[in-house]
Amino acid sequence: MNALVSLLYLLASVLFVVGLKKLSSPKTARQGNGLAALGMLIAIVVTLTDQKILDFTYIIAGLVLGSGVGVWLALRVQMTAMPQMVGVLNGFGGGASALVAFAEYLRLSGDKDLTVWTGQASIDVLVTIVLSILIGTVTIVGSMIASAKLHGIMRGAPILYAFQKQSNAVMALAVIVLGVFFVLDPSLWYLLIIIAGLAMVLGVTSVIPIGGADMPVVISLMNSYSGLAGAMTGFVLSNDVLVISGTLVGTSGLILTKIMCKAMNRSLANVLFAGVGADYDPTVQATEQRTVIRYTPQDIATILESAQSVIIIPGYGLAVAQAQHVLQELVNVLTQRGMQVRYAIHPVAGRMPGHMNVLLAEANAPYDILLEMDQINDDFQNTDVALVIGANDVVNPAARTKKSSPLYGMPILNVDYARTVIVCKRSLNPGFAGEDNELFYNEKTMMVFGDAKDTVTKLVQQLKA
Amino acid sequence: MTELLIVSITIFVLAAFLGVEVISKVPPLLHTPLMSGSNAISGITLVGSLIAAGEGHAGLSVILGTIAVVLATINVVGGFLVTDRMLKMFRKERPK
Repeated sequence: MNALVSLLYLLASVLFVVGLKKLSSPKTARQGNGLAALGMLIAIVVTLTDQKILDFTYIIAGLVLGSGVGVWLALRVQMTAMPQMVGVLNGFGGGASALVAFAEYLRLSGDKDLTVWTGQASIDVLVTIVLSILIGTVTIVGSMIASAKLHGIMRGAPILYAFQKQSNAVMALAVIVLGVFFVLDPSLWYLLIIIAGLAMVLGVTSVIPIGGADMPVVISLMNSYSGLAGAMTGFVLSNDVLVISGTLVGTSGLILTKIMCKAMNRSLANVLFAGVGADYDPTVQATEQRTVIRYTPQDIATILESAQSVIIIPGYGLAVAQAQHVLQELVNVLTQRGMQVRYAIHPVAGRMPGHMNVLLAEANAPYDILLEMDQINDDFQNTDVALVIGANDVVNPAARTKKSSPLYGMPILNVDYARTVIVCKRSLNPGFAGEDNELFYNEKTMMVFGDAKDTVTKLVQQLKA
Repeated sequence: MTELLIVSITIFVLAAFLGVEVISKVPPLLHTPLMSGSNAISGITLVGSLIAAGEGHAGLSVILGTIAVVLATINVVGGFLVTDRMLKMFRKERPK
């Protein structure tokens, strides 16, 4: 019986690995996701045969309620809101892991009222209970804060206060000390409550200083934490399918975190602690008198009509304006005229890894025209028009030349090498990093101000006329 | 330190290397579905929640277990479903 359960758990783990492997190509990705879901179903059904389960009432209630909410969330979320959706789901996974670790502690205590500790638990189980509660709680609270920022419920700008890092460090140290005391004397159950409380505070204070455009890093990191919390719970329960899957997700999140940091040429520590994006003061920028020529959508349409190759650079502004559908309509119009039109997608465009690709896929853009930075960056010099929509820092040439800039060293899209650059933007305000963009003042740049959706809609009307 | 723990640590380390190998091959095109899909997999903690929720005595651990079942199920069902919704949209050919 036990051997069969273990083998079926192994099968579930294998299906997870195969499922993730199939995500390496868009052709097989959907099938891969299905296989992973099948693995999950197997793991759940096998668990339900466990003889430790005596009462199914609460299980069924929980499964029904959870499935209902899950289906509802998954079907109604908009593609532009995917970052906060993933954030919330990450949080739930982490929270569940923390609760399971605490429940397991209660089971091990030997006395459900916790008046006396008569139980037995080895040191490694106690250590992983602490870790699971710590990581899981930070994940659920941190993810909720990140999602609130992404959804606009909370201000996206970094929230900074005096001795922020120091107080976080003190709290983290306190967690370690309390954790050691708990492992030495596991009857001190209230230490777990204090640790969970501190973890909640840490979840808040470690995410609020991180600004909106750094959210791809936070979301990736929380993804990693939710996996790690699961793996720790696997250690608590001596359940290898949890250890394997939790670890896979933990590494996945870490790899994405690393890719995001590299694409911004910043260290993880800098993203987490530097509070980038807080210094920007619009009144200071407004005093600088530099002029750009404002063009109208009609002017732009004329330029596009005579172009043969166009590269479109989407940014977060595209998502905010929900302009992906009309933009793809523009691409269709241009393609029908025989132009070569492609998208250039910077790794940190948007608010989570791959955000732009999902939006454009939703708008029916075929994925073979969605190109990564490395694939397309050398093509800008042979391109007639680079059309920048709602992107800023990822095309700022200061990243190449201006050593004092916070952007310096960040790999950027070589938009300024194209023959003509068209920038659709709401205003001249600098991007997230607070760095004025030289590109806007370049003599081959044509600026069109306004909402991305309005502007592109007018372009389509002009070109169809 | 039990033998069981050594086995789990071995699995943990090997799974980490396996994770790096598999995940590194996922193109940036699919990074969002990768996150939501792997996120659903991390809902595997549901397995632990089920046992805690079904212990049979009405106590604190059953309450915690039941809450964990709800959260983990949202994570699993929502995660796989939304990933499928996204992956359905990735097409190579231009729809007419």
